[in-house]
Amino acid sequence: MYEFEYVRPQTVATAVEQGGAGQYLAGGMTLLPTLKLRLAQPGRLVDLNALPELQGIRVDGNVVRIGAMTRHADVARSAELRRAAPVLAELAGGIGDPHVRNRGTIGGSVANNDPAADYPAAVLGLGATVVTSAREIAGDDFFTGMFSTALAAGELIRRIDFPVPKRAAYAKFPNPASRYAMAGVLVAETAGGIRVAVTGAGPCVFRVPEFEAALTRRFAPEALDGLEIPSDGLNQDLHGSPEYRAALVTVMAQRAVAHAAARG
Amino acid sequence: MATVSLEVNGRAVTAEVDPRTLLVDLLRKQLRLTGTHVGCDTSQCGACVVHVDGRSVKSCTMLAVQAEGARVTTIEGLAPDGRLHPVQAAFRECHGLQCGYCTPGMIMTAVALLQEHPEPTEAQVREHLEGNICRCTGYQNIVRAILSAAQELRALPKAS
Repeated sequence: MYEFEYVRPQTVATAVEQGGAGQYLAGGMTLLPTLKLRLAQPGRLVDLNALPELQGIRVDGNVVRIGAMTRHADVARSAELRRAAPVLAELAGGIGDPHVRNRGTIGGSVANNDPAADYPAAVLGLGATVVTSAREIAGDDFFTGMFSTALAAGELIRRIDFPVPKRAAYAKFPNPASRYAMAGVLVAETAGGIRVAVTGAGPCVFRVPEFEAALTRRFAPEALDGLEIPSDGLNQDLHGSPEYRAALVTVMAQRAVAHAAARG
Repeated sequence: MATVSLEVNGRAVTAEVDPRTLLVDLLRKQLRLTGTHVGCDTSQCGACVVHVDGRSVKSCTMLAVQAEGARVTTIEGLAPDGRLHPVQAAFRECHGLQCGYCTPGMIMTAVALLQEHPEPTEAQVREHLEGNICRCTGYQNIVRAILSAAQELRALPKAS
């Protein structure tokens, strides 16, 4: 690692003050490996781990509010969440491995916007709102491209508000080694209609209007029979071609629909 | 340099570290607790798993300064009086190790699993080992050891 100054602010206000000239450290599951490989050289690390106000899960009527520093393991095992929005607990329980889930955070995952991360599918697919130190950003406007988001320099995610869906499920085909999604699809019936969000398949999470229209007509896996997204622009690596990923997206979407439909 | 104060295996420790120091390097190089191994150093193999405040973490992917005020348990902390922990004993009994390099991480992972799920199914054990790689590929006996330790631990009288 290159040298850096390490600070651990005790209030969110101080964190934001210090964050302007530095890099926030949340769970560190991506940032620390990146630093070890010297792929980044932040002058200052602003550790968010001493800020309890950024942690915790609260269900407020029809909204689930998850603090940015809430660990994946805590989302996965939250009994309250398993009742209100089981899709979130399931998705979090499938991230990485147990040790990663004990450290990794929802805010870190969303701010990093890895093309194969799971949480972006939840933020976009459930139509969540990202609440930052400066403003509220709609999930639809948050993810702007590979590893990039609408966050300004120094802007800190405080929490993410998820409207409770009528029913929803997430299905992913994990890379057998990394457990990152080769294709992950979140399907939700929300107050605003059906939403389908795909992660892992392209450079950035995206919605699939054709699937949404078909599922609006009939919410059943068969509604997607014969439908496939174009493979142009999808990810290509040693694990799968764009065409393979396009096929996976339909299969994962059908699995998610079947699971969501079974929930009633 | 930075000062970090933490509890390691029940003992209060204060150390001077460069902020770049990884928790595993503090444990191994400064505290000489070499039972925790570094395998891949890229957050994948789980050889370096220790418990921080009761949760399993990869100590190669956490800064030592982040352990300020934390309670850390390493493999050495499982057998403070020299008597093997039931999970260690089960690994020996079931031949759950070959070269032994992944073993400390496997055992710390198993202990964390059994604390949360005292009666895991075989599928749950295998799933929980997602983040631990055994390059001898000796998973069969590792899983057997963990299931056997689970039984052993359930038979023990509760400590408190």
